[in-house]
Amino acid sequence: MKQTHLITAAALLALSPLVQAVDKHEPAFSRVIVDEFEARDADEGTVAAWEAAAWYGGDLNKLYLSTEGERLMDNGGETEGFETRVAWNRAFAPFWDWQLGARRDWQPDDPNRDWASFGVQGLAPYLFESEATLFVGEEGLTNLRLEAEYEILFTQKLILVPAVEANFYGKEDEELGIGEGLTDIEAGLRLRYEIRREFAPYIGVNWERQFGDTAAKTRGAGDDVSETTLVAGVRFWF
Amino acid sequence: MTTSPLMGRRRFVQGLALGTGALGIGGLGMSPAKLLASQGQTGAATLSGNTFNLAIGGADVNLTGTTRPATLVNGSLPAPTLRWREGDTVTLNVTNYLPETSSIHWHGLLLPFQMDGVPGLSFDGIAPGETFTYRFPIKQNGTYWYHSHSRFQEQSGVYGAIVIDPAEADPEPVDRDYVMVLSDWSDEKPEQIYATLKKLSHYYNFNERTIFDTLRDFREKGVVQTLKDRHMWNTMRMSQSDLADVTGYTYTYLLNGRSPNANWTGLFKPGERVKLRFVNASAMTFFDIRIPGLDMTVVAMDGQPVKPVRFHECRLGVAETIDVIVTPEKKQAFTVFAQSIDRSGFARGTLTPDPAMSAAVPEMDPPPLLGHTEMGMGGMAGMNHGDMEGMNHGAMDHGKMDHGAMKGMQHDDMGHGGMKHAGMQHKGMQHDGDHKVPFAFVADNPDLAPRTSAVQHLDSEYGPGVDMRAMAPAAMLDDPGIGLRERDWKVLTYADMETAGGPPDSLMPDREIVLHLTGNMSRYMWSFNGIKFADAVPLELYHGERARITLVNDTMMTHPIHLHGLWSDLELGGGRLLRKHTITVKPGEKLSYLVRADATGRWAYHCHLLYHMEAGMFREVRVVDNATTKEARS
Repeated sequence: MKQTHLITAAALLALSPLVQAVDKHEPAFSRVIVDEFEARDADEGTVAAWEAAAWYGGDLNKLYLSTEGERLMDNGGETEGFETRVAWNRAFAPFWDWQLGARRDWQPDDPNRDWASFGVQGLAPYLFESEATLFVGEEGLTNLRLEAEYEILFTQKLILVPAVEANFYGKEDEELGIGEGLTDIEAGLRLRYEIRREFAPYIGVNWERQFGDTAAKTRGAGDDVSETTLVAGVRFWF
Repeated sequence: MTTSPLMGRRRFVQGLALGTGALGIGGLGMSPAKLLASQGQTGAATLSGNTFNLAIGGADVNLTGTTRPATLVNGSLPAPTLRWREGDTVTLNVTNYLPETSSIHWHGLLLPFQMDGVPGLSFDGIAPGETFTYRFPIKQNGTYWYHSHSRFQEQSGVYGAIVIDPAEADPEPVDRDYVMVLSDWSDEKPEQIYATLKKLSHYYNFNERTIFDTLRDFREKGVVQTLKDRHMWNTMRMSQSDLADVTGYTYTYLLNGRSPNANWTGLFKPGERVKLRFVNASAMTFFDIRIPGLDMTVVAMDGQPVKPVRFHECRLGVAETIDVIVTPEKKQAFTVFAQSIDRSGFARGTLTPDPAMSAAVPEMDPPPLLGHTEMGMGGMAGMNHGDMEGMNHGAMDHGKMDHGAMKGMQHDDMGHGGMKHAGMQHKGMQHDGDHKVPFAFVADNPDLAPRTSAVQHLDSEYGPGVDMRAMAPAAMLDDPGIGLRERDWKVLTYADMETAGGPPDSLMPDREIVLHLTGNMSRYMWSFNGIKFADAVPLELYHGERARITLVNDTMMTHPIHLHGLWSDLELGGGRLLRKHTITVKPGEKLSYLVRADATGRWAYHCHLLYHMEAGMFREVRVVDNATTKEARS
């Protein structure tokens, strides 16, 4: 395919009177990054969790795809729910992009949820990877998600990554048992060793807790509102 | 941190001792005879005369222990050294055996633009299987080089030296004459390197500051001071160790095609005058060159003779050439040592009276850290304000400079060498002739928008593609540069040199064109004035005019800027010029050079760091007849 591309480019160069020394058209690049692909020792058994993204595009405009979710591995396995997102990512400042897109929450038992998304992501001062996204769903549902991540280098290859995510809902989603206001916070601490930049096994701890009405609903159903798990996984990209 | 990966890497970086330069056949018309011909002492055959047949083709090389595909000229790495004579007309039949368009650019040569070898500007390139015949008269002498100007072929081997003997007797006759081609080789495909930089720009930097560095700084400098020092870097989101985009992690540095372990060796007899013609033919690497135990005397730079200066070390930018003379008196071997600017690796060779002798290889220096000078914070700015006012740059945006903060800053990291020299460069700032030179203004060219001073940042510099702007760029011609300021020995700088015979052309420019060197490291975007080549329009020079080009480096990287087809006469101050084809601009530096637009046509103008050029730090310069222009003077 690369070959074809080069030959096409050569043909274009030969034909066009406006041929250029370096490409005037912007080449596109792509990256697939599986940031988390891990096993968690949850109370109900081993849970597989993932967080992955892919982009394709040029310096300023990129198409973003991402997914995250969990699946219970024991007892025959059951996907606990996951989300997929697609967005147009546009650079608007040296360290910041905005994102316009859509998200679907896939629920195994409950109804799926579709959202439009409006987000900002980038590198905040002091090198915090940050993301703030507002999701607007059907029937007036809104979800604000804030995420931040930081890298602490012990060596050039041994890197500790604290990360935190918080979700807020503008109104109750009764069907899914989610209350208004702050619904949940997830915090993680992962220590990875980059065997290569592209490939790093890690271990860590993940803590999740529900808050407010959401927590009350969960308690009402007899479930735990907080869970701390040890995790082990691998981060890779290409 | 374990030591074993480091050891492994060291061996990799230094390459193979045996088998280096072993070349396989890539199946593209390379005959074994041609390959054998490349096994000369320099790693490249020397071809002389006035008619040459050059074949660009694929071939395998093994420089690191792994056989990898390369793109080579006549099957040799570097390409054959071409020896021409001033006054001759040379004919070069260049056949492209690659499956993609190719080209050869004759770097630093004065020639008709159609012969300059830049696809899209000079010609359409050389299509696969085709032969292009270059023919041009040689109007100069000295050390130059040639390389592909297509995609990344230069990185994978299409580069070689050109030596032009003077028509008259050589003013600096020598007993021996060696071409010293420095380059950077990667087993990775260059396309892959570029894609990797776009995905993760610090991929090749394994010198990031760790938490242990911070703890050590806490101990040595105190917590408050350390946090203050780090504050600016953290708020700017910049890495203090970002000296090279591509490093020894993937590069093996070569001297005449030999890895450090393969140890290129040149012979001399004690007492002989030996000329070394260094050519930095690398894609991305600045080399700091020295020969422990031996001083060098520079006699030419970029092919042009300079008044001789004795020195011990110099930094050679990508695409620059320097001719030095050494006179080893003793019967002992010397190491030619060229470490990369970020100290992630080195090229090495040996000068010896006896092939059995070699000399110790010095340790690399610890990697330096970028400081306030590199940030364009005016490490030396305090001294230059007077000059700036003298230049009618009163409109410079002093409001944006936080003088209080600058005074409060600790300058531990910035290298006091820079400070020490600072007072000396006044002349460089006062433009010779002291007459007011109008800034070029062209209504439909955003590069030439109205400006009131050279340091002013145009609106185009504010956007996602520009991550910083120097607040107080300064004259730094006599600054040896990061990592070389604390030397106990003489480090050559541009300010030390001067074109032999005095200024080769007028000191009085007609117009001033200002370009800021800009980029966004984390997005790996590079540009002039915040505008990538893809979004730029050609810069027009009027045939015959004398233009001043002023460059302001708003990035934290050193950039070698090359104008094709026309000389760049660097203004040194005091009526002195240094005639060059490629000018290295340090972070935070502002410098000017004069260009006589004496060759019409379409010329390339770009940063000679290969991946910066590809990313868009590139312009077309058109030299046009005045009648066809729509200039509006400001």
